[in-house]
Amino acid sequence: MSESTQTKEEWVPKGDLQEVKDPEWLFHEAPRETEFITGSEAAREAIRRANVDIAISYPITPQSETMQQAGYLYDEGYIKEYYRAEEEIGVMSALGGASRAGVRSLTATSGPGLMRGMEAISSWPGARTPLVLMNMCRVINTPLAIQPDNIEISFLLNTGILHAHAENQQDFFDYSLAAFMVSEQVDVTLPAVVSVDGFFVTHARGQVSMFSQDYKLPPRDGWRSAVPAMDNENPPARLSRDAPIQKSNFISYHMHASWQQEVFAAVERSAKYWRKYIGDLIEVINPDAEEFIVSSGACVSQAREAVRQEGEKGREVGLIKIKTIRPWPKAELFAALKNAKRIFVPEFNQAGWLHKELCSTLYGQIKADIIPGPRVYGGMTMPTEMVLEWLAKYRK
Amino acid sequence: MSLETVRPSPGFEELLPIEYRDLVKHGQYGRDVKVSEIGKFKELVEEHPMCAGCAMTLFIRLAMMALPNPEHTINVGTAGCGRLAISQANIPFIYGNYGDTNSVASGLKRALKLRFPNQVKDVVVMAGDGGLIDIGFQGLMHSWFRQEKFTTIMLDNEVYGNTGGQESGMTLKGQILKMAPRGKEVDKIDAMGLAKVAGCAYIARIAPTNPSRVMRTIRRAVLIAREVGPTYIQAYTSCNIEYAIPTPDVMQDAFDVEKERYGFEEIMTDEAKAYITEIEKKQKELAKANAKK
Repeated sequence: MSESTQTKEEWVPKGDLQEVKDPEWLFHEAPRETEFITGSEAAREAIRRANVDIAISYPITPQSETMQQAGYLYDEGYIKEYYRAEEEIGVMSALGGASRAGVRSLTATSGPGLMRGMEAISSWPGARTPLVLMNMCRVINTPLAIQPDNIEISFLLNTGILHAHAENQQDFFDYSLAAFMVSEQVDVTLPAVVSVDGFFVTHARGQVSMFSQDYKLPPRDGWRSAVPAMDNENPPARLSRDAPIQKSNFISYHMHASWQQEVFAAVERSAKYWRKYIGDLIEVINPDAEEFIVSSGACVSQAREAVRQEGEKGREVGLIKIKTIRPWPKAELFAALKNAKRIFVPEFNQAGWLHKELCSTLYGQIKADIIPGPRVYGGMTMPTEMVLEWLAKYRK
Repeated sequence: MSLETVRPSPGFEELLPIEYRDLVKHGQYGRDVKVSEIGKFKELVEEHPMCAGCAMTLFIRLAMMALPNPEHTINVGTAGCGRLAISQANIPFIYGNYGDTNSVASGLKRALKLRFPNQVKDVVVMAGDGGLIDIGFQGLMHSWFRQEKFTTIMLDNEVYGNTGGQESGMTLKGQILKMAPRGKEVDKIDAMGLAKVAGCAYIARIAPTNPSRVMRTIRRAVLIAREVGPTYIQAYTSCNIEYAIPTPDVMQDAFDVEKERYGFEEIMTDEAKAYITEIEKKQKELAKANAKK
């Protein structure tokens, strides 16, 4: 909140008092302090340190808290521009417009909001617009529900958007900050989504260790980009004006195809930056096990507990946490699972998108059974017992 | 971009296409051009794939000539006939998704202001009646309610021309078109009235019958949008194909429609009026002084 004791002239944006630091130092070396906060609060703390230029908001449960917190950060001067837009198509379109102008752009949404904004969202990568969308996963209606369920991630898989899936509040803080840095790399220049499971993480507390709020990421440099910003600071070039790809001839098809190829190649190129900022794209526990659980998001936490309980009984079960859905860590998964005999893929959705992704990666490569489950959806939680039951059932 | 960015560095000039060199030497950068100068300078848009006799093309051509600061202007459009010509202009053009123009322009304009606090960057939305009043309605209205500082120009041909002649919200009641097999059942949307209610600082309705007036109107709209608030121009730009207007009669149709129901109308707030009067007064004085020299 702006301090009522200050006059307008005296007001100093708090973001101006923060010191820009090297992101690698911030992510790996800067001293950290731990707080016990919700996922939404972790998002707020990441945004505070992200040197965001513009944030555009629209409410939807369970995301609303994050973007209203972004509003308070704007009021304090950590974010330079902020407004509540008309609805998600408006938000996502405006965010694309802002990113085209070369500024660091942020929004957040959930399930139905994501689907509403999808036309704009799916055109971000082709427009080469670096930005960050925080996505607090929620059931897609109908029947109307506000509960956690991450089926919406399946709709983003083939868009060319970078996508990290946070397990907990700590990941949400770390991945979100990393996402800004990765998306703005010249040889990436793509939007990034950081998904987190709604309520389980956004509304629950966890320990989050954070570097000081006196520091912030370097600003976005609008000049460093795979395509020129639409800022009219370059001599007008036919590339940014002509629309030859809309014409029906072989050249236009070829142009569109190569443009798509380049977008997806850029997704792959982003892997090295993700590794630089958040470490390996997968986390592996018990690498020598024959039985593995492969998961992403909050589901990993339940799997982690199942693996621990199995360990207490003397049974070694492996666990793989997938941090980035896009880029998809194909090589890492293949290497980690090459000796597996049985793979479980617990998920918080009905579609089983993670299972399908895994099957297509491992098909013909290894001999393991890849079991489609256990799955919960529609807001259900996954008790550790459920994971243990599945493990036991398939051992028989 | 300053004019220095437009001008090629020494030594590079001969490497550039003649088109570009002409644009720098004989274009409208750095000065206001008049309609009477057509044919004597290199225009921002020349080639285009629009239909022969299209009134919209004439309007777009005039609109580009009227831009007060083309080297600092970004055009935003959406699907429709207009973008075929707008995208050919020597001005960065964002061709977004269906009906997203005014949302994109909101984010763009605010972001440009952040990045270039000391340099005015004009954002101009130019889109069709369907793109703005039907699919883009929500974004259009909210950009006005939010007082976003950019100009919206509706190229109103009263039909979805680019998709082959379907009725739009701006089609007249009773008109038989595709998707209106028994004639349109409801009235043409009063977009002018909506612009008033939503608080546009400057609103104009115009047909392309008087080129100087078209240019003055566009210049006013862009200048007022810089300082005062959102501006809206609704331009009758007939579709001679879907309305079967013989090519030689396109301008006559514009005169007829103007007389019948599309007369020039200009509405502005007191603030906008004071602002533009001051600017135009100074321009006149400057022109007078130059004439004396």
